[in-house]
Amino acid sequence: MKLIIINYGAGNIKSIQFAFKRLGVDAILSNNSEEIIAADKIIFPGVGEASTAMDMLKESGLDILIPTLKQPVLGICLGMQLLCKSTEEGNTKGLGVFDTDVKRFSNNVKVPQMGWNVIKDLKSDLFSGIKEGAYMYLVHSYYAEHCTQTIAKTDYGINYASALQHDNFYGVQFHPEKSSIAGEKILNNFLKL
Amino acid sequence: MLTKRIIPCLDIKNGRTVKGVNFIDLRDAGDPVELAKQYADIGADELVFLDISATLEGRATTLDMVLHVAEQVNIPFTVGGGISSIEHVNDLLKCGADKVSINSSAVKRPELVNELSNKFGSQCIVVAIDAKQIDGNWKVHLAGGSIPTDIDLFEWAKEVEQRGAGEILFTSMDHDGTKNGFANEALAKLSSELNIPIIASGGAGNIQHFIDTFKEGKADAALAASVFHFGEIPIPKLKKALKNNNIEVRL
Repeated sequence: MKLIIINYGAGNIKSIQFAFKRLGVDAILSNNSEEIIAADKIIFPGVGEASTAMDMLKESGLDILIPTLKQPVLGICLGMQLLCKSTEEGNTKGLGVFDTDVKRFSNNVKVPQMGWNVIKDLKSDLFSGIKEGAYMYLVHSYYAEHCTQTIAKTDYGINYASALQHDNFYGVQFHPEKSSIAGEKILNNFLKL
Repeated sequence: MLTKRIIPCLDIKNGRTVKGVNFIDLRDAGDPVELAKQYADIGADELVFLDISATLEGRATTLDMVLHVAEQVNIPFTVGGGISSIEHVNDLLKCGADKVSINSSAVKRPELVNELSNKFGSQCIVVAIDAKQIDGNWKVHLAGGSIPTDIDLFEWAKEVEQRGAGEILFTSMDHDGTKNGFANEALAKLSSELNIPIIASGGAGNIQHFIDTFKEGKADAALAASVFHFGEIPIPKLKKALKNNNIEVRL
């Protein structure tokens, strides 16, 4: 099993690497196209602010490469958001894999949403063995709107897509690497896809 | 629904837990990694490590500790204490800390909050504020509450929110160590005037205090140290009691 975590800038990707290590898999950090294409599984993490992250992807040509990948890809947090058509954060055009847009939470809730919330209406092998209403750790100010690719839903002032799937592309808004045993189970499910 | 968070706080010196910890069978109560794992297992939602090391060597050891905690613990954690530079924050996040908390350094140079949130994102920048009442007004204090300033708590909290703080950790020095309950009036005011999460700290003595700080203080999270470390309030029992009082928690 060759697992790559796409490394395209600063940020806490160590936690994802450690989470896989706890599952017995050594994940490799890389931004090398050939290495990424040759991987069995790919993690696309999020780093900081959307427009800056997109600029970093463009610098290394990863914005072109990522949508063409054929193996299972898991976008986490901002990684998931960048796979959408667009995000209001920095008015950024996304990679367009997921057929939805990313909006900012309204101010009738505290922003960012920070903490543990539940995921419901689970519809994917990614959630095999995960209970409806399982708690996941989330930290975000922007959310993906529902579309036909929604595979998990969460409520925070509004009901939004906390996970998406299109063919081999999976995206989760929450941090499975920080979501205790249930989160580790999801990462393990991804390894088995 | 987003749940209310319960956060044990661990004081760290030279990479070791300092305050006595005696709530469960631990081979080594001074080992922050083992302790953090235990807390994660019994349902803590997050952890805060407060570095009270006085020396550079001590700080370096803490960095190593952060790496080990990130390696073995599957819930989020914040590191605070003596952080005043972008480089230091970068090192901590690179080692796997999810958030950092800054305190006196932000009061001394408020632009630091902007710099850190621009570089790393608001979501990982917690501003800790220690305050106590002087003649009925909440005033910010520095250096663990020992140095008073003329800065108003609420004005300062609003300023750091505008500068990009993602969360406020408010410790009432009037309540800290008393075990008489949290500063709920001030907390509720913070919560209504700001639109970022507020962590209540200082004064936890029994389960009712937590119920009160979530209901009356409108806190998003509650932090405590000794009541957890000495097993006076077992976290599973606390969370069950919160649930029974219609407060959403992760069980």
